[in-house]
Amino acid sequence: MTDIAVAPRGERGLAALYRHARYVIGENSVTGFAFALFVLIVLAALFGPQIVPYDPLQSNTTAALKPPNLHHWFGTDQLGRDVFSRVVAATRLDFFIAVASVALVFLMGGLAGVAAGFFGGWTDRIVGRIADTIMAFPLFVLAMGIVAALGNTVQNIVIATAIVNFPLYARIARAEAHVRRDAGFVEAARLSGNSNWRILALQILPNVFPILVVQMSLTMGYAILNAAGLSFIGLGVRPPTPEWGIMVAEGAAFMVSGEWWNAFFPGAALMVAVFCFNLLGDGLRDMVDPRRRT
Amino acid sequence: MLLLILKRLAMAIPSLIGVVIVTFLLTRALPGDPAAYFAGPAATPQAIEQVRVKLGLDRPLLAQFGRYVVDLAHGNLGTSLTTGQPVAAELQSRLPASAELTLLGLLVSVAIAVPLGILAATRPNSLIDHACRIVATLGVSLPVFFTGLILVYVFYYLLGWAPAPLGRLDVFYSPPPQVTGFYLIDSLIAGDLETFMAALKQLILPALTLGIFSLAPIARMTRASMLAVLSSDFVRTARASGLSAYTVIIAYAFRNAMLPVVTTLGMVFSFLLGANVLVEKVFAWPGIGSYAVEALLASDFAPVQGFVLTMAIMYVALNLTIDILYGLIDPRVRLEA
Repeated sequence: MTDIAVAPRGERGLAALYRHARYVIGENSVTGFAFALFVLIVLAALFGPQIVPYDPLQSNTTAALKPPNLHHWFGTDQLGRDVFSRVVAATRLDFFIAVASVALVFLMGGLAGVAAGFFGGWTDRIVGRIADTIMAFPLFVLAMGIVAALGNTVQNIVIATAIVNFPLYARIARAEAHVRRDAGFVEAARLSGNSNWRILALQILPNVFPILVVQMSLTMGYAILNAAGLSFIGLGVRPPTPEWGIMVAEGAAFMVSGEWWNAFFPGAALMVAVFCFNLLGDGLRDMVDPRRRT
Repeated sequence: MLLLILKRLAMAIPSLIGVVIVTFLLTRALPGDPAAYFAGPAATPQAIEQVRVKLGLDRPLLAQFGRYVVDLAHGNLGTSLTTGQPVAAELQSRLPASAELTLLGLLVSVAIAVPLGILAATRPNSLIDHACRIVATLGVSLPVFFTGLILVYVFYYLLGWAPAPLGRLDVFYSPPPQVTGFYLIDSLIAGDLETFMAALKQLILPALTLGIFSLAPIARMTRASMLAVLSSDFVRTARASGLSAYTVIIAYAFRNAMLPVVTTLGMVFSFLLGANVLVEKVFAWPGIGSYAVEALLASDFAPVQGFVLTMAIMYVALNLTIDILYGLIDPRVRLEA
């Protein structure tokens, strides 16, 4: 029994966390790789605008549309702005949109779903009906409609991305809460005099939580794609703000005349980010729920 | 079978009601005064008041909704502010372009994904299995507009094989006489092979872009469901009876494995219809997606609303078709009904 990865007595907090993280990453090298990428993305999101070599908004028309070279690693765009600086600086906004929308849907969908599964009856029917109605739309199209109606801002992109993901979260949370509704530990809590709300908050939610966290990392990729797609068609983010979707849109016109770097690098950054979140999500899922491994 | 269809039709009604309510609420959520909005930026207060009465915006919300439903029943989706044309007519004239592109995209995707999935499942852990996994993971990570642009760069700019990404037909050709609205079919009906080839050339890249995007779920599902079927008892019996590998895989396993794949088509269509908007923007495709995008940028809401409604109704109808198709393929579903 001694070789099981259990933190020795006395070892608490950061040290135990570090040991566990190392154990988990050692298990699966792909997840480790994705995790390293994730750290890189977070660092770029936190410090990107401070560490880039050029001001992402500074134009310099004498050096416009230069292919990648030693001074400008990713080349320069039609206004002579450094593409590398813009791609790195854009990480913050894209990452923020994805995290905010996923956190929002986690709150809305998770709570609604858990309540639906736990209480059943009318709560269940209403949540189910809302989820079905959202699912009746092609998701990106609905997101477009929501942003168009609520107004063309970044905040509304976050809201729209959260709404289109709502059914997914609500359904998973509902199923997980429903299974546990009559479980032994819930019965025990009920018999010892806990109220429904207390059981919901202290018994059901903590059990559903890890599954929803996995879902969060799985939908992060989709959230970024969705947001970038919306800004690609001109919604939400406005130029000259550096953002991957809008940068690809601005570079698109130059693709047909051979200036590929304008659209390629932001698009590639987008792809790498989504790829990283998908890998990470798969890895996390394998850890939390090994049965669903594919 | 008829009972199944009727039952399924009845199930689609709440979805449709939901769709109509949501599209109605979207207009009422517009920031500011919708009457001022629909009257246009240069309208006088009197004109705004006129529009308010004309659109029934001075009446209670429920009455407005009733009016919206009656308008819909008459096929009236409002008028576009920028073009001044009725939205329904414009959507109708642009729909074939989108439909042709989406269907061809699906065809490309199925034509690549299904064989890939089958090959991967019959040779687990082989090179092709790994290829299938990589394609499936990359497929979901690639932003569809990015794939489109890369294809344009490689096949138009570098190789010069594809025509410029500017719509359905090169300017030198005139569209074939309209029968179905699908240029490929119409040009064949007219016996105009040259136009057919020209239209096909324009279609290949956007359709391939859509295909790559929707390939992943189909390939993944085909592989998983083929693996499950191949390990089942009846396949073992078929093999033990000395049937050829081809017969076992195609006639026995494949037919059964197709059922879950048909179900995933519903999700694939949700992706395809959404991705369609982005692909239309990249390839300047004159479909309903680019129509909605143009209207969105001009803050012209009626076309956007009509577009969202059209897409949702098509999606509900597609899901309905898939379910009925499922009943046709799988007799067990019919028995349950």
